[in-house]
Amino acid sequence: MTAFLVILVIILFGISVWQMNRIFQLAKVKPSTHSEIASDKDNNTQGYLMMGFLAFMYILTIVTFWLWGDVLLPDSGSEHGVKIDNLMLISMIVIFFVGILTQWLLHYFAFVYRGNKNKRATFYADNDKLEFIWTIIPVIVLAGLIIYGLFTWTDIMNVDKDDDPLIVELYAQQFNWKARYGGNDNTLGEANVRLIEGVNQLGVDPADPNGQDDKIVTELHLPVGRKVLFKMRSQDVLHSAYMPHFRAQMNCVPGMITQFAFTPVVTTEEMRQNDKIVEKVAKINAIRTEKSKALTAAGEEPLDTYVFDYILLCNKICGVSHYNMQMKIVVESEEDYKAWLAEQPTLAEQLSK
Amino acid sequence: MSAHAQVHAVEDHHDDDHGHHHKETFVTKYIFSQDHKMISKQYLITGLFMGTIGILMSLLFRLQLAWPDHKFTIFEIFLGKWAPEGVMDPSIYLALVTIHGTIMVFFVLTAGLSGTFSNLLIPLQIGARDMASGFLNMVSYWLFFLSSVVMLFSLFVEAGPASAGWTIYPPLSALPQAIPGSGAGMTLWLTSIAIFIASSLLGSLNYIVTVINLRTKGMSMTRLPLTIWAFFVTAIIGVVSFPVLFSAALMLIMDRSFGTSFFLSDIYIAGEVLHHQGGSPVLFEHLFWFLGHPEVYIVILPAMGIVSEVMATNSRKPIFGYRAMVASILAIAFLSTIVWGHHMFISGMNPFLGSVFTFTTLLIAIPSAVKAFNWITTLWKGNLQMNTAMLFSIAFVSTFITGGLTGIILGDSALDINVHDTYFVVAHFHLVMGISALYGLLAGVYHWFPKMFQGRMMNKKLGYIHFWVTAIGAYGIFFPMHFVGMAGLPRRYYTNTNFPYFDDLADINVVMTIFAIITISVQVIFLYNFFHSIFYGKKGPKNPWNSTTLEWTAEMKHIHGNWDGPIPHVYRWSYDYSKLNKDETDYVIPGQDFIPQNVPLQDNEDEMDH
Repeated sequence: MTAFLVILVIILFGISVWQMNRIFQLAKVKPSTHSEIASDKDNNTQGYLMMGFLAFMYILTIVTFWLWGDVLLPDSGSEHGVKIDNLMLISMIVIFFVGILTQWLLHYFAFVYRGNKNKRATFYADNDKLEFIWTIIPVIVLAGLIIYGLFTWTDIMNVDKDDDPLIVELYAQQFNWKARYGGNDNTLGEANVRLIEGVNQLGVDPADPNGQDDKIVTELHLPVGRKVLFKMRSQDVLHSAYMPHFRAQMNCVPGMITQFAFTPVVTTEEMRQNDKIVEKVAKINAIRTEKSKALTAAGEEPLDTYVFDYILLCNKICGVSHYNMQMKIVVESEEDYKAWLAEQPTLAEQLSK
Repeated sequence: MSAHAQVHAVEDHHDDDHGHHHKETFVTKYIFSQDHKMISKQYLITGLFMGTIGILMSLLFRLQLAWPDHKFTIFEIFLGKWAPEGVMDPSIYLALVTIHGTIMVFFVLTAGLSGTFSNLLIPLQIGARDMASGFLNMVSYWLFFLSSVVMLFSLFVEAGPASAGWTIYPPLSALPQAIPGSGAGMTLWLTSIAIFIASSLLGSLNYIVTVINLRTKGMSMTRLPLTIWAFFVTAIIGVVSFPVLFSAALMLIMDRSFGTSFFLSDIYIAGEVLHHQGGSPVLFEHLFWFLGHPEVYIVILPAMGIVSEVMATNSRKPIFGYRAMVASILAIAFLSTIVWGHHMFISGMNPFLGSVFTFTTLLIAIPSAVKAFNWITTLWKGNLQMNTAMLFSIAFVSTFITGGLTGIILGDSALDINVHDTYFVVAHFHLVMGISALYGLLAGVYHWFPKMFQGRMMNKKLGYIHFWVTAIGAYGIFFPMHFVGMAGLPRRYYTNTNFPYFDDLADINVVMTIFAIITISVQVIFLYNFFHSIFYGKKGPKNPWNSTTLEWTAEMKHIHGNWDGPIPHVYRWSYDYSKLNKDETDYVIPGQDFIPQNVPLQDNEDEMDH
């Protein structure tokens, strides 16, 4: 596939250079004006090329969607993500409509009004009515988008304490993630980097009774259908907790606690059955098998088969291994979640070891 | 005091000055020149040199992104110890993206674009003999040169250049323990930028004073070409916002070297707790983006001015809606200073602020839309002369629209959550400010080359080849990049092979890199055309594009003071293209479709109030 694309691009490039060369050859007639100033012949060819460019843009759009439409993120795994996706869709429709229209006008005018010695441009300096129209239309459209966007934003960012969300701390450090659960009381113990000592890697205050039953893990498990309120901390530099499948992201800032809440509504198992994910995983595994062949031929270990999992990525440049700072997220049923959590040791147990 | 008297006074002074030129040596003419035309060329050539380096850096990391498993000899040649056996080190990857961003934003698109054309055009288009202060202008260039040297020098320090991203967010940029590039490399980066800011401020103050005080008789503000309006407002934004970056840089230097805690608090790194307490990295983000956002308008406004001018000239039509164009420049400038928070929706600042910044950010789309529609209408019923500069101007509008539209998504706080810091952002700003501003720069170079190099013109055919390959290549690189971002891939990843989930993006990365290689290669044609034409370009007529503005009435041969005789007076705005006489039988000047600004009002024309 890659090789095919490479060859395709090179061939198309070759053709365009050859064609352009031909155009220039044809355009070579003795100039009536200075040879470095566009002649009517130039205006003509360049005008046609403008239409060609418009076609190129439209074709590029269609081809990229056809080739790569399947790389986009699948349906949202969180409740609020559906709203974001909806707003995104509306914005995209507006953008494509305006984009296609204005690009057409721009390039079509460039073609139709290409210069000619016998033509005369129209002295047209102002039209208040026209300008009012294209000021007011963006105002109305944008007002709609702003209002919709702000309602969505407020809805996402305001966490209602009455929902009784599950409290989870996301703790970032170069270059890994840890998660801390509040334990039975669903309350996190106070923590500060100055208290980091030995196994107490997150600096939880040993004197805080709320912290005794906290559980620190390196894999994030979430019960489906319950709101989770993430409290984010970082111990060294800025990080960003990015969970693209849940349309969730928040920076982790040393010296302060940031927060983000969402309700996961699709379990990992369900997401694995999602049509788009099935297709995507098949495509990825085809690529990996191909690569593995080359690797085994070179006497190296083949790649593992890929199985879909939700991921948490770092999305704020944080140092040399920024590109590999990740944590697996498992969304599962309430029972599975409880069973998993019960196996994890509490902080008190860890500290007393 | 009336502006009128002032203009007269200035004029008289210049008339006195005229005639007794100082004897110029090589040093005063080519090196420590105080002549705005020479300084503009110095800016341009330094900018092109820095741009070449910045773009070659992007070539290196594009290769790495497309073929992460491959060993490249070219890495070993350019990166030396940072690419043992042709495998790029992750830290030098971050350094490359950091310095690429810094160089392109500050050194090429701020100094190279605004510095070049503000210097060349402000005195020539307003009818002045030179800048208000030739000396400060010279100091401004040499500070820029010094900051370029310091920045390039930082590439060669032991622990590597700054690599915390061009936004240099602390604590990463403050702590050498966090990343090797935050040692001497970051110190030099901050030094370089501090010098750069000084240079920019001296330049901007000079531009402002010159535009306000040195306009020739008759050149009222409403008769200024849009280029001058753009440079003038750009300079004002620069003066308002650059000092804030300076203070941020200074505070960062203090945190790094003198133990203060402006931006640092509660940090445990490399096995120890640092003493810093009470600072906030979010404060730095506020200060940085208070410059950083106006900065993108500092980059794009001069390009807009150039495009407006080139487009009107080559359409043989007045720019459509001159007053709306000026008003939108002012509106953009004002709004640009109150939208910085849209870079920080998910930084941890109060979500209510996010709402406010969403509102102001989407407002800025309105004057931008007005500009785009006015450019399109300028083409309507024109008689388009497809010179290379015109092609780049049309392409500017195209990329500005495409890139600007995706801004509607990024400016919406709710949508930003999921595309923030992904390749979607990279695609957006490269199209809307990187490529667009470069097109503005290139349009300016092709258009005013004859003015810069005493009548010599650049080769048309090479220009066409340069344009078409660049136009196709730019979309070829950045259009597919939106898909990568919407797939959820974060930016500044050395490789994405650690996430099997992103394995299917490999194809797109290869395609983008191939387009990048083609696009970068064709810039060699431009550089050849540029430098070859300086010496061997064909001499054209004095006013090759039949333009109305004053610079084409100045002497072709560069003399100090620009006009051999008295300064021309101005009687009309700068867009009298294809204006017909009262009977509408012919142009006002028969057989000539433009009326230069220094031509008095004719008996057979209507005076128009624009």
